[in-house]
Amino acid sequence: MSSIPRFWRNMKSRYNLIGKRCTRCGEIYFPPRNFCSNCRRRGELEEVQLSGKGEVVSYTVIRTPPEGFERQAPYVMALVKLDEGVMVTTQIVDVSPEEVEIGMRVESVFRKIQEDGEAGLIYYGFKFRPAKEE
Amino acid sequence: MKRVAVIGVGLTKFGELWETSFSQLFVEAGAMAINDAGIDGSDIDALYVGNMSGGRFVDQEHISCLIADHAGLAPIPATRVEAACASGGLAIRQGVMSILSGFHDIVVVGGVEKMTDVVTEKTTQTLATASDSEWEAFMGMTFPGLYALIARRHMHEYGTTREQLAMVSVKNHENAIHNPYAQFHSKITVEDVLRSPLVADPLRLLDCSPITDGAACVVLASEEKAREFVDNPVYITGSGQASSTIALHDRKKITVTDATVNAAKEAYARAKREPRDIQVAEVHDAFTIGEILAIEGLGFVEIGKGGKATEEGETAIGGRIPVNTSGGLKAKGHPVGATGVAQVVEIVLQLRGEAGKRQVDADVGLTHNVGGSGGTAVVHILEK
Repeated sequence: MSSIPRFWRNMKSRYNLIGKRCTRCGEIYFPPRNFCSNCRRRGELEEVQLSGKGEVVSYTVIRTPPEGFERQAPYVMALVKLDEGVMVTTQIVDVSPEEVEIGMRVESVFRKIQEDGEAGLIYYGFKFRPAKEE
Repeated sequence: MKRVAVIGVGLTKFGELWETSFSQLFVEAGAMAINDAGIDGSDIDALYVGNMSGGRFVDQEHISCLIADHAGLAPIPATRVEAACASGGLAIRQGVMSILSGFHDIVVVGGVEKMTDVVTEKTTQTLATASDSEWEAFMGMTFPGLYALIARRHMHEYGTTREQLAMVSVKNHENAIHNPYAQFHSKITVEDVLRSPLVADPLRLLDCSPITDGAACVVLASEEKAREFVDNPVYITGSGQASSTIALHDRKKITVTDATVNAAKEAYARAKREPRDIQVAEVHDAFTIGEILAIEGLGFVEIGKGGKATEEGETAIGGRIPVNTSGGLKAKGHPVGATGVAQVVEIVLQLRGEAGKRQVDADVGLTHNVGGSGGTAVVHILEK
């Protein structure tokens, strides 16, 4: 994804877990969207700060990584359902793969996601780790 | 809907075809289909080509023109259709619609993919473009990874076992032994699957369809026109297509492929058929869990019972509803853009009684092709 503008456009959400909420039906969108799929033109979306807390819905360990992730493999990828109800695709860190399980409580952390080959871009964003005492 | 006839089918050998170029693949399958139909090049009104990623696999876009040119079919109109791994199924549907609209009488629909000209990391990355590039692939998610998430959750919710997943692969390898066009002709056991290297837990190498070069082609005709060329065409009697969210994380429930359910509903309604009428099916087993999701979503078995049905042999040749008699994507091979067309080829062979040692007794068959982690699904129903 060697494009600075493409990353820059999503930076706010990637860094701070800012999503959108429809003021009409209350549906929350993360990643953010510009259009409520339920209300379409009748809906209006406003920004919403997500808590960054949630639980693991499912997980896997990536052992055949794509370009740009070779040095991280094997790594845990998961679907995390945030307490606000939306799911995100994320890496789970600070834990060994054997310890991850469905239902595990996790929280977001700010980390380096990948480096972009020869272009040299370094992308940051959220990953999740096991939740501290809640 | 009005029926559309399939009057010719063609296929290349599937596999790592290092000596064959992208356009050669298509031309080979196309020539076979045209020959099978007994038509002449001048009878063809239009061409549709399913292809996922010529741009990334062989640095070639403008596929439609390339194929029309190299097949000697210019100046007829040629159109490329893309929906990741469902590109072929979508191309079939475009061909069907172009005939039903009255625009064309005879069209050639093909699918082609050349995947072995790049290294595995590049292939993995290219396949991941079928997911949400910015919010799935960007995070390090891969295509097997997405299906692994579904598999783990399916096991958690329905008690599907690791062994049942393996049985899908074992069955499809068994079927492929009798398919001369298949990439693999090797019998495997459940233990082989469980001992194969992990790709994305819980999915192992032998749960995953391979990287494949190949092409498939069919000739479609209006019912009136078909009679001029063949005596007993197979008919496409139903067609359905549906979309869902591109990202798995945006689905309310990840263990049911809603695009499959919706596409099937449309296809059954158009064909005036029900799941129990289907006697043979080619479904999208890009990963073993995919076949279980498919037979559940298509209504062959109850949701959550796909693993058990597989274990009990219901989907084997000789079972209640034979699934993937060709060997499926798993063992026949999965040249992504060609797959949806190759599925139709297999069902046509079955309904014509030309499937050799893998022949089943069937008058009504179904094809099911999925794009991405379930963002697109296409279903066709075929009858004698």
